Amino acid sequence: MIIRHKDPSAPKSHEITPESVYLKRRELMMLGGLAGLFSAMPAWGREIKAVDEEASRPLWLKDQVARAIDGAPDTDETLTPYADVTGYNNFYEFGTGKTDPAENAHTLKTDPWTVTVAGEVEKPGTYALEDLLKGQQLEERIYRLRCVEAWSMVIPWVGVPLASLLIKLQPTSKARYVAFTSLADPKQMSGVRSPFTGIDWPYREGLRLDEAMHPLTLMAVGLYGRTLPNQNGAPFRLVVPWKYGFKSIKSIVRIELTETMPETTWNMLAPDEYGFYANVNPAVDHPRWSQSRERRLPNSFFDPNWVPTRPFNGYDEVASLYKGMDLGKFY
Amino acid sequence: MKSKHWTWVGWPLGALPLAWITMQAAGGQLGPDPAETLVELLGWWSLVMLLACLTMRPAAQLLKVPGLVIWRRTFGLWAFGYVCMHFLAWATLLLGWDPSFLGEELTKRPYIIIGMLAWLALWPLALTSTRQSRRRLGRKWVKLHRLIFPAVLLGVVHQSWVQKSGYGETLIFVSVLLILLLYRILHGRNMIRK
Ligand code: HEM
Repeated sequence: MIIRHKDPSAPKSHEITPESVYLKRRELMMLGGLAGLFSAMPAWGREIKAVDEEASRPLWLKDQVARAIDGAPDTDETLTPYADVTGYNNFYEFGTGKTDPAENAHTLKTDPWTVTVAGEVEKPGTYALEDLLKGQQLEERIYRLRCVEAWSMVIPWVGVPLASLLIKLQPTSKARYVAFTSLADPKQMSGVRSPFTGIDWPYREGLRLDEAMHPLTLMAVGLYGRTLPNQNGAPFRLVVPWKYGFKSIKSIVRIELTETMPETTWNMLAPDEYGFYANVNPAVDHPRWSQSRERRLPNSFFDPNWVPTRPFNGYDEVASLYKGMDLGKFY
Repeated sequence: MKSKHWTWVGWPLGALPLAWITMQAAGGQLGPDPAETLVELLGWWSLVMLLACLTMRPAAQLLKVPGLVIWRRTFGLWAFGYVCMHFLAWATLLLGWDPSFLGEELTKRPYIIIGMLAWLALWPLALTSTRQSRRRLGRKWVKLHRLIFPAVLLGVVHQSWVQKSGYGETLIFVSVLLILLLYRILHGRNMIRK
Protein backbone atom coordinates (compact mmCIF):
# COMPACT_ATOMS: atom_id res chain seq x y z
CA MET A 1 0.00 0.00 0.00
CA ILE A 2 1.33 3.42 -0.95
CA ILE A 3 0.52 6.53 0.97
CA ARG A 4 0.05 9.21 -1.64
CA HIS A 5 1.48 12.67 -1.23
CA LYS A 6 0.02 15.35 -3.41
CA ASP A 7 2.15 17.31 -5.80
CA PRO A 8 0.11 20.29 -6.99
CA SER A 9 1.47 20.08 -10.53
CA ALA A 10 0.67 16.40 -10.92
CA PRO A 11 -2.42 15.42 -12.90
CA LYS A 12 -5.58 15.25 -10.86
CA SER A 13 -6.39 11.78 -9.71
CA HIS A 14 -9.51 11.39 -11.81
CA GLU A 15 -7.42 12.12 -14.90
CA ILE A 16 -5.21 9.14 -14.24
CA THR A 17 -7.74 6.75 -12.76
CA PRO A 18 -8.11 3.94 -15.26
CA GLU A 19 -11.58 3.59 -16.68
CA SER A 20 -11.82 0.01 -15.50
CA VAL A 21 -11.72 1.25 -11.94
CA TYR A 22 -14.58 3.59 -12.65
CA LEU A 23 -16.57 0.87 -14.32
CA LYS A 24 -16.08 -1.38 -11.37
CA ARG A 25 -17.09 1.42 -9.07
CA ARG A 26 -20.18 2.07 -11.09
CA GLU A 27 -21.16 -1.60 -10.97
CA LEU A 28 -20.62 -1.54 -7.29
CA MET A 29 -22.76 1.49 -6.77
CA MET A 30 -25.57 0.03 -8.83
CA LEU A 31 -25.31 -3.20 -6.96
CA GLY A 32 -25.47 -1.36 -3.69
CA GLY A 33 -28.34 0.78 -4.85
CA LEU A 34 -30.35 -2.17 -6.09
CA ALA A 35 -29.72 -4.30 -3.05
CA GLY A 36 -30.60 -1.30 -0.96
CA LEU A 37 -33.87 -0.73 -2.75
CA PHE A 38 -34.88 -4.36 -2.57
CA SER A 39 -34.24 -4.95 1.07
CA ALA A 40 -35.45 -1.48 1.97
CA MET A 41 -38.85 -1.91 0.45
CA PRO A 42 -40.99 -3.58 3.07
CA ALA A 43 -39.96 -2.26 6.46
CA TRP A 44 -36.76 -0.39 6.15
CA GLY A 45 -37.91 2.95 4.79
CA ARG A 46 -34.55 4.48 5.57
CA GLU A 47 -33.25 4.39 2.04
CA ILE A 48 -35.38 7.44 1.38
CA LYS A 49 -33.87 9.46 4.21
CA ALA A 50 -30.35 8.51 3.16
CA VAL A 51 -31.03 9.70 -0.38
CA ASP A 52 -32.37 13.01 0.93
CA GLU A 53 -29.26 13.44 3.02
CA GLU A 54 -27.04 12.71 0.06
CA ALA A 55 -28.75 15.46 -1.93
CA SER A 56 -28.07 18.02 0.79
CA ARG A 57 -24.37 17.25 1.24
CA PRO A 58 -21.90 19.96 0.25
CA LEU A 59 -20.76 19.78 -3.35
CA TRP A 60 -17.06 19.64 -2.57
CA LEU A 61 -17.61 16.50 -0.51
CA LYS A 62 -19.83 14.75 -3.04
CA ASP A 63 -17.30 15.65 -5.70
CA GLN A 64 -14.35 14.34 -3.69
CA VAL A 65 -16.19 11.11 -2.89
CA ALA A 66 -17.10 10.65 -6.54
CA ARG A 67 -13.42 10.90 -7.47
CA ALA A 68 -12.33 8.18 -5.05
CA ILE A 69 -10.10 5.50 -6.50
CA ASP A 70 -10.00 1.81 -5.76
CA GLY A 71 -7.72 1.60 -2.77
CA ALA A 72 -7.53 -1.83 -1.26
CA PRO A 73 -6.90 -5.37 -2.36
CA ASP A 74 -10.25 -6.70 -3.50
CA THR A 75 -12.11 -9.17 -1.39
CA ASP A 76 -14.34 -11.82 -2.87
CA GLU A 77 -16.63 -11.69 0.13
CA THR A 78 -20.20 -10.64 -0.52
CA LEU A 79 -20.90 -7.03 0.35
CA THR A 80 -23.52 -6.41 3.00
CA PRO A 81 -26.40 -4.61 1.25
CA TYR A 82 -26.61 -0.85 1.62
CA ALA A 83 -29.93 -1.02 3.47
CA ASP A 84 -28.44 -3.29 6.14
CA VAL A 85 -25.24 -1.28 6.54
CA THR A 86 -27.29 1.87 6.98
CA GLY A 87 -30.34 0.39 8.74
CA TYR A 88 -28.82 -1.84 11.41
CA ASN A 89 -25.93 -0.58 13.50
CA ASN A 90 -24.84 0.80 16.83
CA PHE A 91 -24.52 4.54 17.36
CA TYR A 92 -25.56 5.13 20.97
CA GLU A 93 -25.73 8.89 20.45
CA PHE A 94 -29.01 8.10 18.71
CA GLY A 95 -30.25 5.27 20.95
CA THR A 96 -29.16 1.81 22.05
CA GLY A 97 -31.35 -0.18 19.62
CA LYS A 98 -29.93 -1.37 16.31
CA THR A 99 -32.49 0.51 14.24
CA ASP A 100 -32.46 3.64 16.41
CA PRO A 101 -29.63 5.36 14.52
CA ALA A 102 -31.40 5.00 11.18
CA GLU A 103 -34.60 6.31 12.73
CA ASN A 104 -33.14 9.17 14.75
CA ALA A 105 -29.96 10.41 13.10
CA HIS A 106 -31.66 12.66 10.56
CA THR A 107 -31.48 15.43 13.18
CA LEU A 108 -27.69 15.56 12.95
CA LYS A 109 -26.35 18.61 11.14
CA THR A 110 -23.12 17.70 9.34
CA ASP A 111 -22.40 20.84 7.34
CA PRO A 112 -20.58 23.01 8.22
CA TRP A 113 -18.35 20.67 10.25
CA THR A 114 -15.13 21.49 12.02
CA VAL A 115 -12.51 19.28 13.59
CA THR A 116 -10.27 20.56 16.35
CA VAL A 117 -6.73 19.25 16.16
CA ALA A 118 -4.82 19.60 19.42
CA GLY A 119 -2.00 18.30 21.56
CA GLU A 120 1.37 17.16 20.31
CA VAL A 121 1.18 18.47 16.73
CA GLU A 122 3.00 21.23 14.86
CA LYS A 123 -0.22 22.38 13.20
CA PRO A 124 -2.95 22.52 15.81
CA GLY A 125 -6.14 24.39 15.13
CA THR A 126 -9.79 24.14 14.32
CA TYR A 127 -10.14 23.01 10.74
CA ALA A 128 -13.16 23.06 8.49
CA LEU A 129 -13.60 19.48 7.28
CA GLU A 130 -13.11 20.71 3.74
CA ASP A 131 -9.70 22.15 4.61
CA LEU A 132 -8.65 19.03 6.47
CA LEU A 133 -9.43 16.92 3.43
CA LYS A 134 -8.20 19.40 0.82
CA GLY A 135 -5.92 17.77 -1.71
CA GLN A 136 -6.39 14.31 -0.23
CA GLN A 137 -7.07 11.46 -2.64
CA LEU A 138 -9.99 9.44 -1.35
CA GLU A 139 -9.96 5.69 -1.77
CA GLU A 140 -12.57 3.00 -1.72
CA ARG A 141 -11.71 0.26 0.76
CA ILE A 142 -13.78 -2.86 1.21
CA TYR A 143 -13.35 -3.93 4.82
CA ARG A 144 -14.87 -6.51 7.10
CA LEU A 145 -16.46 -4.91 10.16
CA ARG A 146 -16.58 -7.16 13.22
CA CYS A 147 -18.86 -5.96 16.00
CA VAL A 148 -17.94 -6.93 19.56
CA GLU A 149 -21.47 -8.41 19.75
CA ALA A 150 -20.39 -11.25 17.42
CA TRP A 151 -21.91 -10.11 14.13
CA SER A 152 -20.09 -8.79 11.10
CA MET A 153 -20.58 -7.02 7.78
CA VAL A 154 -18.52 -6.30 4.65
CA ILE A 155 -18.60 -2.60 3.81
CA PRO A 156 -17.14 -0.54 0.93
CA TRP A 157 -15.93 2.61 2.68
CA VAL A 158 -14.68 5.75 1.01
CA GLY A 159 -12.00 7.61 2.90
CA VAL A 160 -8.43 8.69 3.33
CA PRO A 161 -5.72 6.89 5.31
CA LEU A 162 -5.41 8.60 8.68
CA ALA A 163 -1.66 8.61 8.12
CA SER A 164 -2.06 11.00 5.18
CA LEU A 165 -3.86 13.47 7.44
CA LEU A 166 -1.45 13.05 10.35
CA ILE A 167 1.59 13.61 8.15
CA LYS A 168 0.18 17.01 7.21
CA LEU A 169 -0.61 17.87 10.83
CA GLN A 170 2.91 16.87 11.85
CA PRO A 171 2.87 15.04 15.17
CA THR A 172 5.72 16.13 17.45
CA SER A 173 8.31 13.68 18.69
CA LYS A 174 6.40 13.43 21.97
CA ALA A 175 3.18 12.16 20.37
CA ARG A 176 2.50 8.51 21.18
CA TYR A 177 -1.29 8.21 20.99
CA VAL A 178 -4.16 9.68 19.01
CA ALA A 179 -7.33 10.50 20.94
CA PHE A 180 -10.63 11.03 19.12
CA THR A 181 -13.83 12.64 20.36
CA SER A 182 -17.33 12.44 18.85
CA LEU A 183 -19.85 15.21 18.76
CA ALA A 184 -22.11 15.04 21.83
CA ASP A 185 -24.87 17.56 21.28
CA PRO A 186 -28.06 16.80 23.21
CA LYS A 187 -29.98 19.08 20.86
CA GLN A 188 -29.14 16.99 17.82
CA MET A 189 -28.64 13.57 19.40
CA SER A 190 -31.53 11.80 21.10
CA GLY A 191 -29.27 9.25 22.77
CA VAL A 192 -27.15 11.96 24.36
CA ARG A 193 -30.35 13.48 25.78
CA SER A 194 -31.46 10.15 27.23
CA PRO A 195 -30.42 9.62 30.86
CA PHE A 196 -30.43 5.83 30.43
CA THR A 197 -27.62 4.96 28.06
CA GLY A 198 -25.10 4.63 30.88
CA ILE A 199 -22.47 6.42 28.80
CA ASP A 200 -20.40 9.36 29.93
CA TRP A 201 -20.53 11.61 26.86
CA PRO A 202 -18.78 12.55 24.69
CA TYR A 203 -17.83 9.21 23.15
CA ARG A 204 -14.05 8.85 23.15
CA GLU A 205 -11.68 6.49 21.42
CA GLY A 206 -7.97 6.22 20.86
CA LEU A 207 -5.16 4.49 19.02
CA ARG A 208 -1.48 4.09 19.55
CA LEU A 209 0.34 6.33 17.06
CA ASP A 210 1.74 3.36 15.14
CA GLU A 211 -1.77 1.90 14.84
CA ALA A 212 -3.04 5.26 13.65
CA MET A 213 -0.27 5.46 11.06
CA HIS A 214 -0.92 1.97 9.73
CA PRO A 215 -2.01 2.13 6.09
CA LEU A 216 -5.19 0.14 6.82
CA THR A 217 -6.46 2.79 9.25
CA LEU A 218 -8.97 4.90 7.40
CA MET A 219 -10.84 8.13 8.02
CA ALA A 220 -14.08 7.54 6.17
CA VAL A 221 -16.40 10.15 4.66
CA GLY A 222 -18.43 7.80 2.48
CA LEU A 223 -19.71 4.31 1.86
CA TYR A 224 -21.05 2.59 -1.23
CA GLY A 225 -19.74 5.44 -3.35
CA ARG A 226 -21.85 8.06 -1.56
CA THR A 227 -21.21 10.35 1.38
CA LEU A 228 -21.73 8.76 4.79
CA PRO A 229 -25.33 8.62 5.95
CA ASN A 230 -25.78 10.36 9.32
CA GLN A 231 -26.40 7.08 11.14
CA ASN A 232 -23.05 5.70 9.99
CA GLY A 233 -21.08 8.54 11.55
CA ALA A 234 -21.30 11.40 9.08
CA PRO A 235 -19.49 13.36 8.06
CA PHE A 236 -16.15 12.03 9.25
CA ARG A 237 -15.37 8.81 11.12
CA LEU A 238 -12.62 6.35 11.88
CA VAL A 239 -12.50 2.82 10.44
CA VAL A 240 -9.99 0.38 11.95
CA PRO A 241 -10.84 -2.95 10.36
CA TRP A 242 -8.80 -5.21 12.66
CA LYS A 243 -10.45 -3.94 15.83
CA TYR A 244 -13.97 -4.40 17.19
CA GLY A 245 -16.42 -1.94 15.69
CA PHE A 246 -16.71 0.27 18.77
CA LYS A 247 -13.15 1.51 18.19
CA SER A 248 -14.23 3.04 14.89
CA ILE A 249 -15.57 6.25 16.41
CA LYS A 250 -18.14 8.26 14.48
CA SER A 251 -18.90 11.93 13.76
CA ILE A 252 -15.48 13.09 15.00
CA VAL A 253 -15.03 16.68 16.16
CA ARG A 254 -11.66 16.46 17.89
CA ILE A 255 -8.35 14.74 17.28
CA GLU A 256 -5.67 15.12 19.92
CA LEU A 257 -2.17 13.72 19.88
CA THR A 258 -1.09 12.73 23.36
CA GLU A 259 1.88 11.39 25.26
CA THR A 260 -0.20 9.13 27.46
CA MET A 261 -2.84 6.52 26.67
CA PRO A 262 -6.18 8.33 26.35
CA GLU A 263 -9.36 7.26 28.12
CA THR A 264 -11.79 5.39 25.91
CA THR A 265 -15.53 5.14 26.41
CA TRP A 266 -16.20 1.42 26.63
CA ASN A 267 -13.04 0.80 28.60
CA MET A 268 -14.17 3.40 31.16
CA LEU A 269 -17.60 1.77 31.32
CA ALA A 270 -16.51 -1.86 31.72
CA PRO A 271 -12.72 -2.29 31.84
CA ASP A 272 -12.94 -6.05 32.31
CA GLU A 273 -14.98 -6.39 29.10
CA TYR A 274 -13.46 -3.82 26.75
CA GLY A 275 -9.77 -3.09 26.59
CA PHE A 276 -7.95 -0.16 25.00
CA TYR A 277 -6.68 -2.34 22.16
CA ALA A 278 -9.89 -4.27 21.37
CA ASN A 279 -8.20 -6.20 18.57
CA VAL A 280 -10.49 -8.81 17.08
CA ASN A 281 -9.36 -12.03 18.74
CA PRO A 282 -11.22 -15.35 18.66
CA ALA A 283 -9.07 -16.62 21.53
CA VAL A 284 -10.21 -13.99 24.02
CA ASP A 285 -13.90 -14.27 24.85
CA HIS A 286 -16.02 -11.39 25.98
CA PRO A 287 -16.77 -12.28 29.61
CA ARG A 288 -20.43 -12.69 28.68
CA TRP A 289 -20.21 -14.34 25.26
CA SER A 290 -17.89 -16.18 22.90
CA GLN A 291 -15.81 -14.32 20.33
CA SER A 292 -14.75 -17.44 18.45
CA ARG A 293 -17.24 -16.94 15.65
CA GLU A 294 -19.53 -14.32 14.17
CA ARG A 295 -22.79 -14.08 12.27
CA ARG A 296 -22.06 -12.58 8.87
CA LEU A 297 -25.00 -10.35 8.04
CA PRO A 298 -27.45 -10.48 6.48
CA ASN A 299 -28.40 -13.97 7.53
CA SER A 300 -31.72 -15.78 7.59
CA PHE A 301 -33.93 -17.58 10.06
CA PHE A 302 -32.70 -20.95 9.01
CA ASP A 303 -29.05 -20.15 8.60
CA PRO A 304 -27.43 -17.77 11.08
CA ASN A 305 -24.41 -17.75 8.74
CA TRP A 306 -21.78 -18.35 11.41
CA VAL A 307 -18.24 -17.88 10.20
CA PRO A 308 -15.12 -18.40 12.29
CA THR A 309 -13.65 -15.19 13.66
CA ARG A 310 -10.05 -14.64 12.61
CA PRO A 311 -7.26 -13.01 14.64
CA PHE A 312 -7.09 -9.31 13.75
CA ASN A 313 -10.28 -9.88 11.75
CA GLY A 314 -8.15 -11.55 9.10
CA TYR A 315 -5.82 -8.54 8.65
CA ASP A 316 -2.65 -10.43 9.49
CA GLU A 317 -0.45 -7.59 8.28
CA VAL A 318 -1.05 -5.72 11.55
CA ALA A 319 0.23 -8.55 13.74
CA SER A 320 3.72 -7.04 13.81
CA LEU A 321 2.36 -4.01 15.68
CA TYR A 322 1.79 -6.25 18.67
CA LYS A 323 4.91 -8.34 18.61
CA GLY A 324 5.84 -9.55 22.08
CA MET A 325 2.58 -8.36 23.63
CA ASP A 326 0.35 -10.74 25.57
CA LEU A 327 -2.91 -10.20 23.69
CA GLY A 328 -4.84 -12.05 26.39
CA LYS A 329 -3.74 -9.37 28.84
CA PHE A 330 -3.91 -6.40 26.48
CA TYR A 331 -7.32 -7.25 25.01
CA MET B 1 -64.22 -17.40 42.01
CA LYS B 2 -66.60 -17.38 39.10
CA SER B 3 -65.36 -17.04 35.60
CA LYS B 4 -67.18 -14.34 33.68
CA HIS B 5 -68.07 -14.56 30.05
CA TRP B 6 -65.35 -12.22 28.91
CA THR B 7 -62.41 -13.80 30.71
CA TRP B 8 -61.46 -15.96 27.73
CA VAL B 9 -60.33 -12.73 26.03
CA GLY B 10 -57.07 -13.05 27.97
CA TRP B 11 -55.96 -15.92 25.75
CA PRO B 12 -56.08 -14.06 22.43
CA LEU B 13 -54.71 -10.97 24.20
CA GLY B 14 -51.60 -12.90 25.18
CA ALA B 15 -51.33 -14.24 21.65
CA LEU B 16 -51.27 -10.76 20.07
CA PRO B 17 -47.51 -10.18 20.43
CA LEU B 18 -46.86 -13.63 19.01
CA ALA B 19 -49.12 -12.90 16.04
CA TRP B 20 -47.38 -9.59 15.47
CA ILE B 21 -43.91 -11.20 15.70
CA THR B 22 -44.97 -13.98 13.33
CA MET B 23 -46.25 -11.47 10.80
CA GLN B 24 -43.02 -9.48 10.96
CA ALA B 25 -40.99 -12.65 10.59
CA ALA B 26 -43.05 -13.93 7.68
CA GLY B 27 -42.79 -10.55 5.96
CA GLY B 28 -39.01 -10.54 6.29
CA GLN B 29 -39.20 -7.48 8.51
CA LEU B 30 -36.98 -8.57 11.35
CA GLY B 31 -33.88 -7.01 9.80
CA PRO B 32 -30.56 -8.48 8.73
CA ASP B 33 -30.14 -10.68 11.83
CA PRO B 34 -33.69 -12.08 12.10
CA ALA B 35 -33.03 -15.08 14.36
CA GLU B 36 -31.26 -12.92 16.93
CA THR B 37 -34.02 -10.32 16.72
CA LEU B 38 -36.63 -13.05 17.17
CA VAL B 39 -34.89 -14.39 20.27
CA GLU B 40 -34.77 -10.89 21.72
CA LEU B 41 -38.43 -10.18 20.97
CA LEU B 42 -39.59 -13.46 22.50
CA GLY B 43 -37.43 -12.84 25.58
CA TRP B 44 -38.83 -9.37 25.96
CA TRP B 45 -42.41 -10.59 25.78
CA SER B 46 -41.66 -13.42 28.23
CA LEU B 47 -40.79 -10.84 30.82
CA VAL B 48 -43.75 -8.62 29.97
CA MET B 49 -46.10 -11.60 30.32
CA LEU B 50 -44.59 -12.52 33.70
CA LEU B 51 -45.13 -9.00 34.94
CA ALA B 52 -48.63 -8.93 33.45
CA CYS B 53 -49.38 -12.12 35.35
CA LEU B 54 -48.28 -10.51 38.61
CA THR B 55 -50.30 -7.37 37.90
CA MET B 56 -53.62 -9.16 37.61
CA ARG B 57 -54.41 -9.64 41.31
CA PRO B 58 -53.75 -5.98 42.23
CA ALA B 59 -55.57 -4.88 39.09
CA ALA B 60 -58.58 -6.99 40.01
CA GLN B 61 -58.66 -5.43 43.47
CA LEU B 62 -58.00 -1.85 42.44
CA LEU B 63 -60.36 -1.87 39.48
CA LYS B 64 -62.89 -3.95 41.39
CA VAL B 65 -63.11 -6.42 38.53
CA PRO B 66 -62.64 -9.73 40.34
CA GLY B 67 -62.75 -11.70 37.09
CA LEU B 68 -59.32 -10.34 36.16
CA VAL B 69 -57.79 -12.72 38.68
CA ILE B 70 -58.31 -15.49 36.16
CA TRP B 71 -55.84 -13.78 33.87
CA ARG B 72 -53.01 -14.60 36.26
CA ARG B 73 -53.22 -18.11 34.94
CA THR B 74 -53.69 -16.97 31.35
CA PHE B 75 -50.68 -14.67 31.32
CA GLY B 76 -48.63 -17.00 33.50
CA LEU B 77 -49.08 -19.75 30.96
CA TRP B 78 -48.39 -17.35 28.11
CA ALA B 79 -45.19 -16.27 29.88
CA PHE B 80 -44.17 -19.91 30.06
CA GLY B 81 -45.06 -20.31 26.37
CA TYR B 82 -43.01 -17.28 25.34
CA VAL B 83 -40.01 -18.47 27.37
CA CYS B 84 -40.26 -21.91 25.74
CA MET B 85 -40.31 -20.30 22.30
CA HIS B 86 -37.48 -17.95 23.36
CA PHE B 87 -35.41 -20.98 24.34
CA LEU B 88 -36.35 -23.02 21.27
CA ALA B 89 -35.59 -20.14 18.88
CA TRP B 90 -32.21 -19.68 20.54
CA ALA B 91 -31.28 -23.36 20.59
CA THR B 92 -32.61 -24.12 17.12
CA LEU B 93 -32.15 -21.04 14.95
CA LEU B 94 -29.03 -19.56 16.52
CA LEU B 95 -27.21 -22.65 17.76
CA GLY B 96 -28.70 -25.37 15.55
CA TRP B 97 -28.63 -27.69 18.59
CA ASP B 98 -24.87 -28.01 18.10
CA PRO B 99 -23.79 -29.89 21.24
CA SER B 100 -20.45 -28.14 21.62
CA PHE B 101 -21.97 -24.66 21.30
CA LEU B 102 -24.86 -25.58 23.59
CA GLY B 103 -22.46 -27.03 26.13
CA GLU B 104 -20.31 -23.93 26.07
CA GLU B 105 -23.22 -21.50 26.33
CA LEU B 106 -24.97 -23.41 29.08
CA THR B 107 -21.90 -23.75 31.25
CA LYS B 108 -19.88 -20.61 30.60
CA ARG B 109 -22.41 -17.83 30.17
CA PRO B 110 -23.87 -16.60 33.44
CA TYR B 111 -26.80 -14.83 31.76
CA ILE B 112 -27.82 -18.03 30.01
CA ILE B 113 -27.57 -19.99 33.26
CA ILE B 114 -29.75 -17.43 34.99
CA GLY B 115 -32.27 -17.59 32.15
CA MET B 116 -32.32 -21.39 32.45
CA LEU B 117 -32.92 -21.17 36.20
CA ALA B 118 -35.80 -18.78 35.64
CA TRP B 119 -37.26 -21.12 33.06
CA LEU B 120 -36.84 -24.15 35.37
CA ALA B 121 -38.72 -22.31 38.11
CA LEU B 122 -41.66 -21.85 35.74
CA TRP B 123 -42.07 -25.54 34.88
CA PRO B 124 -43.76 -26.69 38.12
CA LEU B 125 -46.05 -23.67 37.92
CA ALA B 126 -47.14 -24.47 34.38
CA LEU B 127 -47.60 -28.14 35.25
CA THR B 128 -49.81 -27.37 38.26
CA SER B 129 -51.82 -24.65 36.61
CA THR B 130 -55.03 -26.67 36.30
CA ARG B 131 -57.93 -26.30 38.70
CA GLN B 132 -57.61 -29.94 39.76
CA SER B 133 -53.97 -29.46 40.76
CA ARG B 134 -54.91 -26.41 42.69
CA ARG B 135 -57.65 -28.22 44.57
CA ARG B 136 -55.46 -31.24 45.16
CA LEU B 137 -52.47 -29.26 46.45
CA GLY B 138 -54.45 -26.81 48.58
CA ARG B 139 -52.15 -24.53 50.59
CA LYS B 140 -49.12 -26.22 49.12
CA TRP B 141 -50.22 -24.83 45.73
CA VAL B 142 -50.07 -21.28 47.07
CA LYS B 143 -46.59 -21.85 48.42
CA LEU B 144 -45.40 -23.51 45.25
CA HIS B 145 -46.66 -20.69 43.10
CA ARG B 146 -44.56 -18.19 44.99
CA LEU B 147 -41.80 -19.52 42.74
CA ILE B 148 -42.98 -16.88 40.31
CA PHE B 149 -41.08 -14.28 42.33
CA PRO B 150 -37.60 -15.79 41.97
CA ALA B 151 -38.48 -16.48 38.33
CA VAL B 152 -39.27 -12.82 37.61
CA LEU B 153 -36.27 -11.61 39.58
CA LEU B 154 -33.95 -13.93 37.66
CA GLY B 155 -35.67 -12.83 34.44
CA VAL B 156 -34.91 -9.18 35.17
CA VAL B 157 -31.30 -9.95 36.10
CA HIS B 158 -31.00 -11.95 32.87
CA GLN B 159 -32.44 -9.06 30.86
CA SER B 160 -30.12 -6.50 32.44
CA TRP B 161 -27.15 -8.77 31.84
CA VAL B 162 -27.60 -9.18 28.09
CA GLN B 163 -27.39 -5.42 27.54
CA LYS B 164 -24.03 -3.97 26.61
CA SER B 165 -24.96 -0.73 28.26
CA GLY B 166 -28.12 1.22 28.85
CA TYR B 167 -30.54 0.47 31.61
CA GLY B 168 -33.70 2.25 30.48
CA GLU B 169 -35.69 -0.94 29.95
CA THR B 170 -34.26 -2.62 33.02
CA LEU B 171 -35.32 0.41 35.02
CA ILE B 172 -38.89 0.08 33.76
CA PHE B 173 -39.02 -3.66 34.50
CA VAL B 174 -37.51 -3.15 37.96
CA SER B 175 -39.89 -0.29 38.78
CA VAL B 176 -42.95 -2.32 37.81
CA LEU B 177 -41.66 -5.24 39.85
CA LEU B 178 -41.00 -3.03 42.89
CA ILE B 179 -44.47 -1.52 42.75
CA LEU B 180 -45.99 -4.99 42.55
CA LEU B 181 -43.91 -6.26 45.46
CA LEU B 182 -44.75 -3.21 47.53
CA TYR B 183 -48.44 -3.69 46.87
CA ARG B 184 -48.13 -7.29 47.87
CA ILE B 185 -46.43 -6.42 51.13
CA LEU B 186 -49.07 -3.82 51.97
CA HIS B 187 -51.99 -6.06 51.05
CA GLY B 188 -50.26 -9.32 51.78
CA ARG B 189 -52.96 -11.03 53.80
CA ASN B 190 -55.66 -10.54 51.23
CA MET B 191 -53.47 -11.96 48.60
CA ILE B 192 -52.73 -15.29 50.15
CA ARG B 193 -56.34 -16.08 50.89
CA LYS B 194 -58.66 -16.61 48.02
C1 HEM C 1 -38.03 -16.67 32.58
C2 HEM C 1 -37.13 -16.90 31.70
C3 HEM C 1 -36.59 -15.86 30.74
C4 HEM C 1 -36.92 -14.56 30.56
C5 HEM C 1 -37.98 -13.75 31.29
C6 HEM C 1 -36.07 -14.03 29.54
C7 HEM C 1 -36.11 -12.73 29.08
C8 HEM C 1 -35.19 -12.18 28.22
C9 HEM C 1 -35.14 -10.80 27.86
C10 HEM C 1 -36.07 -9.72 28.36
C11 HEM C 1 -34.11 -10.64 26.98
C12 HEM C 1 -33.63 -9.34 26.39
C13 HEM C 1 -34.22 -9.09 25.04
C14 HEM C 1 -33.77 -7.75 24.52
O1 HEM C 1 -32.61 -7.63 24.12
O2 HEM C 1 -34.60 -6.84 24.54
C15 HEM C 1 -33.53 -11.93 26.78
C16 HEM C 1 -32.47 -12.18 25.94
C17 HEM C 1 -31.92 -13.42 25.76
N1 HEM C 1 -32.25 -14.57 26.43
FE1 HEM C 1 -33.75 -14.81 27.75
N2 HEM C 1 -35.24 -15.03 29.09
C18 HEM C 1 -35.52 -16.16 29.81
C19 HEM C 1 -34.94 -17.39 29.68
C20 HEM C 1 -33.93 -17.67 28.77
C21 HEM C 1 -33.41 -18.98 28.51
C22 HEM C 1 -33.88 -20.25 29.19
C23 HEM C 1 -32.44 -18.83 27.56
C24 HEM C 1 -31.57 -19.86 26.92
C25 HEM C 1 -31.05 -20.87 27.45
C26 HEM C 1 -32.36 -17.44 27.23
C27 HEM C 1 -31.49 -16.90 26.31
C28 HEM C 1 -31.46 -15.59 25.93
C29 HEM C 1 -30.61 -15.06 24.91
C30 HEM C 1 -29.59 -15.84 24.11
C31 HEM C 1 -30.89 -13.70 24.80
C32 HEM C 1 -30.30 -12.72 23.82
C33 HEM C 1 -29.04 -12.17 24.24
C34 HEM C 1 -28.47 -11.31 23.16
O3 HEM C 1 -28.95 -10.18 23.01
O4 HEM C 1 -27.59 -11.77 22.47
N3 HEM C 1 -33.29 -16.77 27.97
N4 HEM C 1 -34.20 -12.85 27.54
